[in-house]
Amino acid sequence: MYHKTLPYRIFSVFNTAFLSALAVICVIPLLHVLAVSLSSKAAADGNLVGLWPVDFSFEAYKATVSNPYFLGSVWISVMRTVLGTALILLVTVLAAYPLSKETREFRGRPVYAWAFVFTMIFNGGLVPFYILILKLGLMNKFAVLIIPAMVNVWLIVLMMNFFRGVPRALEEAAFIDGASHFGVLFRIYLPLSLPALATLGLFAGVWHWNSWFDGLLYLSRKEDYPLATYLQTVIVSRDMSSMNFTIEEMELLSQKTINAAQIFIGALPVLLVYPFLQRYFIKGLVLGSVKE
Amino acid sequence: MRPTLRRTWPLHLMLLPALAGLVVFNYVPLGGIVMAFMDYKPWLGFDHSPWIGLDHFRALFEREDSLQVIWNTLIISVFKIVFNLLVPLIFAILLNEVRIRLLTRTIQTMVYLPHFLSWVILGGILVNFLSTDGGFVNRVLGAIGIGPIPFLMHGDWFRFTVIVSDVWKEFGYGTIVFIAALANVDPALYEAAEVDGASRWKQTLHITIPSLLPMAIVVGTLSLGNILNAGFDQIFNLYNSMVMNKGDIIDTFVYRTAILEGNFGFATAVGLFKSVVSMVLIVGAYRLAYQYANYRVF
Repeated sequence: MYHKTLPYRIFSVFNTAFLSALAVICVIPLLHVLAVSLSSKAAADGNLVGLWPVDFSFEAYKATVSNPYFLGSVWISVMRTVLGTALILLVTVLAAYPLSKETREFRGRPVYAWAFVFTMIFNGGLVPFYILILKLGLMNKFAVLIIPAMVNVWLIVLMMNFFRGVPRALEEAAFIDGASHFGVLFRIYLPLSLPALATLGLFAGVWHWNSWFDGLLYLSRKEDYPLATYLQTVIVSRDMSSMNFTIEEMELLSQKTINAAQIFIGALPVLLVYPFLQRYFIKGLVLGSVKE
Repeated sequence: MRPTLRRTWPLHLMLLPALAGLVVFNYVPLGGIVMAFMDYKPWLGFDHSPWIGLDHFRALFEREDSLQVIWNTLIISVFKIVFNLLVPLIFAILLNEVRIRLLTRTIQTMVYLPHFLSWVILGGILVNFLSTDGGFVNRVLGAIGIGPIPFLMHGDWFRFTVIVSDVWKEFGYGTIVFIAALANVDPALYEAAEVDGASRWKQTLHITIPSLLPMAIVVGTLSLGNILNAGFDQIFNLYNSMVMNKGDIIDTFVYRTAILEGNFGFATAVGLFKSVVSMVLIVGAYRLAYQYANYRVF
């Protein structure tokens, strides 16, 4: 038994330590941000904060949640994530069902499949898309955040593969009982696909919550920005005009602690959701790639 | 039973929303590609902007800045593709040797985390975390007598940082498919090797690695399609004027040329060049993946 040999035991100890260290490295930057956000202005500006808060203080969070621009952008992000994810799931489920059929059951399938695949391998690039949004009159509208994102071919492929795993006997029985395609989809396929829906919902939801470029490109008013775009302009591009602080407040608060607090709040929903759905997204991802 | 329209019309109806979305947001913009052959001016529109043939493409291969941008893109993306394949592969093999279930699961949860955070969040974090002016990493390095290292302020270091931070963000997620492939290896193979007295190293070499090879080929070939995608979100949120020369990539160049400078025609041409090259690579890669690993998307 190799488990019992001395060289393997030595390897095992080093291996475990090495992998644990890598795992810690993956979360260190986030721990650091959390520590900075909970520290005092002096400690943060003096670069004294490591992985634990120094002079514990909630001031940065208080200032953040009293900033109307920040709160407004959180609301817009929640709206786009909820509505956008619901729309993506609806479109995805409806498209995945016909595409999961065999060509002999649904003769139009190859043509449709090609129409979908082509968009995965070729696109017109940024500029034609920008002009299109302009001509459609979607500039500065909330809808620009959810409508163009409603078709996601990767998610449709994942869902299609999942549907193919549903036992055929179930739908054949339903058809004999006089069920329609819509009935089969919503009464048989969907109830059996809850893990897949959770996976796709997670992917779509995280995508919407994290999306920032569309907001930057198509929205010009700061009060219309979703949180990710707001964070991009305030923290990365350092545009202070929407921070909304008086000079006295700026003296009391550290830019570093406020930025850290905003970053942490921006990351929080994702941090809370993904560990619970880990089991599902692994299944979903494996479904899309490992095939016999 | 022959399928007829009477029986299949609900299927067509179900595809309608997705198809409408594709037509409007994917197929209609293809018409805009004509801008690549025009001196497009927004106030003249498609009808009155003058045609200039291939001038934009000639400029693309003659202008020093666009050539530099293509080179930057290739260097950054090739390193990313290689390390985003090797690191997850090795990590999965090593993780397979950890027998404590709770520890394996905890490590997995931690390494998946960065994948789910956006580059806006990570960019905001890294700019401070890696700063030469009291950033956490340079403080740690300073304590052992190294640095300060200008991770985001010097061209070569910037490329290094972009590659390492991308691998850092994605390697955990990349292990998922390899861990799944390892779970499918027939345990009888290891038992037989054990009976024959093979060491764990020999077992890894002759059982584990060969079982991961098909998946590695699929992942590797499919990532070839990304060779001109050096990661817009990441670069856009990390770069600055000091590293522009070595850090600017095709996508950031297109964005600045079009949106900030208003040179729509040239930007479309650069984007079209990228799309066409990517398409050739993607189609080629899928054919290879299909031939060698029997991988199919649809």
